[in-house]
Amino acid sequence: MTQTAEATQEQAKRYVGGGVLRKEDPELLTGQARFIDDIALPGMLWVGVVRSPFAHARINGVDGSRALELPGVVAVLSGEELAGDWEAGLPCAWPIATRSWPTPTDEDPRMPDHWPVAHDKARFVGDPVAVVVADSRAHAKDALEAVDVDYEPLEPVLDVEQALGGDAPRCHEDLGDNRCYTWTLENGEVERVFSEAPVVVKERYRHPRLIPNAIEPRGVVVQPAPAQGEFTMWSATQIPHIAKVTLSLTTGIPESKLRVIAPDVGGGFGSKLNVYAEEAVCLAVARRLGLPVKWIEERSENYLGTIHGRGVVQDMELAATEEGKVVGVRARVLADFGAYLQLVAPGIPLLGAFIYHGLYDPEAYLFECTGVFTNRTPTDAYRGAGRPEATYAIERTIDALARRLGKDPVELRRRNFIPPFDEPRATAGGLEFDSGNYPATLDKALELADYEGLRREQAERRARGDGKALGIGLATYIEMCGLAPSQVLSALKYGAGGWDAATIRCHPTGKVTVVTGTSPHGQGHVTSWAQIAADELGVAFEDVEVLHGDTAIAPLGMDTYGSRSLAVGGIALWNAAQKIKEKAKRIAAHDLEVSPDDLEWTDGKFQVRGVPDKSKTIPDVAFAAWTAHSLPDDVEPGLEATHVYDPPNFTFPAGAHVCAVEVDTETGEVEILKYVAVDDCGNVINPTIVEGQVHGGVAQGIAEALYEEAVYDDAGNLLTSSMHSYRIPSAAELPSFVTDRTVTPSSTNPMGVKGVGEAGTIAAPAAVMNAVADALAPLGVTKIDLPATPERVWRAIRDAKGGAQ
Amino acid sequence: MRRVAVTVNGVHREADVEPRQLLVYFLREQLGLTGTNVGCDTTTCGACTILLDGKSVKSCALLAVQADGREMTTIEGLQRDGELHALQRAFHEHHALQCGYCTPGMIIAGLGLIQDDGELTEESIRLGLEGNICRCTGYHNIVKAIQVAADELTPTRM
Repeated sequence: MTQTAEATQEQAKRYVGGGVLRKEDPELLTGQARFIDDIALPGMLWVGVVRSPFAHARINGVDGSRALELPGVVAVLSGEELAGDWEAGLPCAWPIATRSWPTPTDEDPRMPDHWPVAHDKARFVGDPVAVVVADSRAHAKDALEAVDVDYEPLEPVLDVEQALGGDAPRCHEDLGDNRCYTWTLENGEVERVFSEAPVVVKERYRHPRLIPNAIEPRGVVVQPAPAQGEFTMWSATQIPHIAKVTLSLTTGIPESKLRVIAPDVGGGFGSKLNVYAEEAVCLAVARRLGLPVKWIEERSENYLGTIHGRGVVQDMELAATEEGKVVGVRARVLADFGAYLQLVAPGIPLLGAFIYHGLYDPEAYLFECTGVFTNRTPTDAYRGAGRPEATYAIERTIDALARRLGKDPVELRRRNFIPPFDEPRATAGGLEFDSGNYPATLDKALELADYEGLRREQAERRARGDGKALGIGLATYIEMCGLAPSQVLSALKYGAGGWDAATIRCHPTGKVTVVTGTSPHGQGHVTSWAQIAADELGVAFEDVEVLHGDTAIAPLGMDTYGSRSLAVGGIALWNAAQKIKEKAKRIAAHDLEVSPDDLEWTDGKFQVRGVPDKSKTIPDVAFAAWTAHSLPDDVEPGLEATHVYDPPNFTFPAGAHVCAVEVDTETGEVEILKYVAVDDCGNVINPTIVEGQVHGGVAQGIAEALYEEAVYDDAGNLLTSSMHSYRIPSAAELPSFVTDRTVTPSSTNPMGVKGVGEAGTIAAPAAVMNAVADALAPLGVTKIDLPATPERVWRAIRDAKGGAQ
Repeated sequence: MRRVAVTVNGVHREADVEPRQLLVYFLREQLGLTGTNVGCDTTTCGACTILLDGKSVKSCALLAVQADGREMTTIEGLQRDGELHALQRAFHEHHALQCGYCTPGMIIAGLGLIQDDGELTEESIRLGLEGNICRCTGYHNIVKAIQVAADELTPTRM
């Protein structure tokens, strides 16, 4: 069932499975790409956003008179003045109410108003409170500093636990308190299992807020066509399709008159999977003035006004036998949503909710999450979204259990793995996993890491009391990808479907256009989709063009996030290719004067069985379909097909990562000596791209483990407010990685693919922190939280020594 | 306004600039060379790296007026006769870019390293790229691509 990567790809494939070089690269390598800030329109005005310097303050008035006297300033608009421009607030598409799954709720979701520009209260540092419009970037910036806002500072609520206290300041008075929801999922007899289990381990993990830091900041350009009432919006977004629907609702611009284009987009990692105030503002200003407008985010604004990720406190418990069989998992999560609910924020914990048991098979399972409002930047999806948190909780607690029982963490994992399977299989969280072979993945990772050798070296270092402690950590993981079956989303109260779409257009000259509903921003869909289309249609890779990211060109789509693009959009493409071939087969048979049943698809063409020289290629048929001189009676001219694919299930990539760290016990500094990632994302279209996704994900996961944390002061100011103070690792801090794969084809879809975009970020924080904890355990350190900065590690060592140092 | 005369990618250019105009916006908005990107406002990310008189600098940390009379190379100036430069080719062949936003600055920084240093090792490349942030690739393939290009270019030293 699990095969080597090479053996799984069919022999006949010419492109799929090969490391084809990317079609996207030439323009990106030569400075010819068109990112949002590269777009300039004649007569364009610049929009600037005045942001609250207070975490919580009443807005008593906005005075733009000083700003309006400055050169080039066209308008200053307060939240109150703009209030009439909105038909609805900014969207939250995943409102979740208190409930115990699967029992229906009798409570309505608690959804605070979220106006694009605040007019009663500012609720976080960075909350938009007014807008300026000027004739240049510099003049807009000058104007921002001259807008006088009368604030009445209020006490902020910043900590999730304090926020739930009865006397905490309220982020939204109308909601009564700061709780958004409590959502519970329970399978099996949890209370009984935990009360009867001979071993229970209990750990608390603080998972800090992270700042996504796509290297391209966000930006918006809007071109209005006043006479037609039409608007074209370019936005540095992952989700042009979702943005179009939701911004139409917010602004009242009919969806039929709004075109959204994602130009070249410089990374997202979830931060551009959102609908933001500035998009609505630019549409509103362009509508008011009838002129094109542009807003470009500065990095300092990005840190305040673009979503953060993570920000959870997790209480994790495992119930086990003395032999180490895990029988119960209980996870209780407090999630910091910040001041408002952004697009899918309430649903983020639910993306982890079903997989806190990891690759293991307990008989009792409880997940409970309470979402909380605080006076901080809203949180939402950041690469992995819910699944890194779940993986971190289970994998660190498994190690804690291993230490408690005096067992090797490898042995403990092996004992608890779900056995290999290739048909859908029920799991403790209630999902049906598609396929998996977890022992094979772990074996390969251990072999590549030379796990035994590392343990020997560790023993030697410990024996000689080496000040550089060696720590070995592993993390296995499961993720749910391929978002998502629309009916499941309905049950989870998501406000949209999970399908995606593809169109294939076969031109009479033999060229092929693929239109996809996914919206890549670095993932290489143009290349991978061309590989799929070329193989399925028997045409040259060079002859396939892939179009995306423009709602006028690709009207159907659900965009790119959650490792969904290949497992949903790619399968839509595969299905569209089958439709093309079905129609083409009838035309080819007609041309060859045989029955369609006499044709077989061989070597990329239709061939009369047993008569190799009687055949038709797709380009042959496309020409015949275009001339339409001789078609079967009920066949329409042209060769084009669209498929909208709604997946029957999620896909479940899995993997095993091994990390070796060296901890300087004098300084607390952690260095990564070795990082091995073995991932199983099912069949692979382009192994080079897959490897690149793992590299980037692992780097972000290592950063999460060792460096990154959004830190606030007691007044709610973001202290890590620039790239200087928020530490993103450079090449100098990171090692080269060892990557490999096992291949267990998905049973969810016909291509057997699963998805890989988030794998590295899901596994790495747990692998690295388990390694750090492993290094520190002999020093008596029992607790170390993210991120393991030198200071935190040094303090942990000092505290373990009883403060003597 | 002040008149600034520069040579960019071998072409003489002149323009009137505001004294506060940053070099990167002069290149992008006045000279139309949008290949050089802006990723931060603290001179940290290196997306705006260019060569100024042959040395790699962050063009967001200089004023346009400081470049007066000087020579610059941006990403647009690397191709010769329509052929990719060895570094551009190595980035392509080793999948050293994903979203591509940091890429122009990363390639120019790599060029600066190759021109400055003697032997480039994995470690010296990693240290030399400390001022350039990439969020997509984890640097693995960038380091590899620069090593490959350096090996190719070293005998001729550009």
